[in-house]
Amino acid sequence: MSIWDKLFGSSNNRSSKQIAHDRLKVVLIHDRANVSPDVMEHIKNDIIEVISHYMDIDKNAMEIALENDADSVALVANIPVNNMRHDAGVRRR
Amino acid sequence: MGEVIVITSGKGGVGKSTTTASLGVGLAMRGKKVALIDTDTGLRNLDILLGLERRIVYTLVDVAQKRVNYGQALVRHKKYSNLFLLPTSQVADKTAIEPEQMKQLVDTMRNEFDFILIDCPAGIEQGFQTAVIGADWAVVVTIPEVSAVRDADKIIGRLQAVNKDIKLIVNRIDPQMVKAGTMLDMTSIDDILSLPCIGQIPDDREVINASNQGIPIIEWSNTAAGRAYNDVVGRICGEDIPFKPFETEGFFARLKHVFGH
Repeated sequence: MSIWDKLFGSSNNRSSKQIAHDRLKVVLIHDRANVSPDVMEHIKNDIIEVISHYMDIDKNAMEIALENDADSVALVANIPVNNMRHDAGVRRR
Repeated sequence: MGEVIVITSGKGGVGKSTTTASLGVGLAMRGKKVALIDTDTGLRNLDILLGLERRIVYTLVDVAQKRVNYGQALVRHKKYSNLFLLPTSQVADKTAIEPEQMKQLVDTMRNEFDFILIDCPAGIEQGFQTAVIGADWAVVVTIPEVSAVRDADKIIGRLQAVNKDIKLIVNRIDPQMVKAGTMLDMTSIDDILSLPCIGQIPDDREVINASNQGIPIIEWSNTAAGRAYNDVVGRICGEDIPFKPFETEGFFARLKHVFGH
């Protein structure tokens, strides 16, 4: 840090405080998901239940996982569809 | 019936024992009858922070294993006669006390004390289970560093799994760094951990100066950290105390720092 920064405060656009905040947000999503694999299993079962109202899906081949890039986390689901139900769309009106 | 609070953190060295000592003295200063229990068996420190290290006869291990009753192991504070320490053993290890023994002890002691503060060891192993089991709620102490906040989150998960209410204390905040945007502040830590905060303690050199002499910083009411701890004690007692902004150094004080180093 320069003498100028010490006297008048840093002039960086994205502060290290903000960087720490954003990094922690991402890492904690992963930490929390890792300590509770049963939560991921619950999410998976709930998704199967909802989707099954509309489509015939391959439950065994289905995968869900948390994936992240530098500053965001996404829940990515890969759900193979075997068939579409005839009554899809009217079921849950 | 007394209230039992466990002071925990996950990461070591963030000020758990320092916080326990100051909160204990602060509650005693308000006339409460207080017991502090050190559960960091093998690495005890609450005794030295309170200036009671030469008065220990029996320990928590003796009590848990029913060799003596807790009254024989309690050490009375030199200045505050309504404050007691239940020290732990410096030679035994964390497996010497079973969680169930600790719960029984705490439930017995509740009848005699207004507050029981349990100083938890770092980590998430058996020592943590033992310290936490008998508590009504938990204080999680952290500091504005990414490693400490991450470990705090892990501990919070463990505490929520056993249905403990949790309140946060952010220790060792440097107001200058917060102002400069180079340190996490209380609001951002609140946002990350999603917990109510009951204390923000400024980084204060006087904490070490006081602990050198066996004095918890709260006794020095003219220090920044001492005042902040006093506010925490008030909040624990149910008082509505707003968070005050930290005093930051003015231009000339900063000038002194720049040229003083």
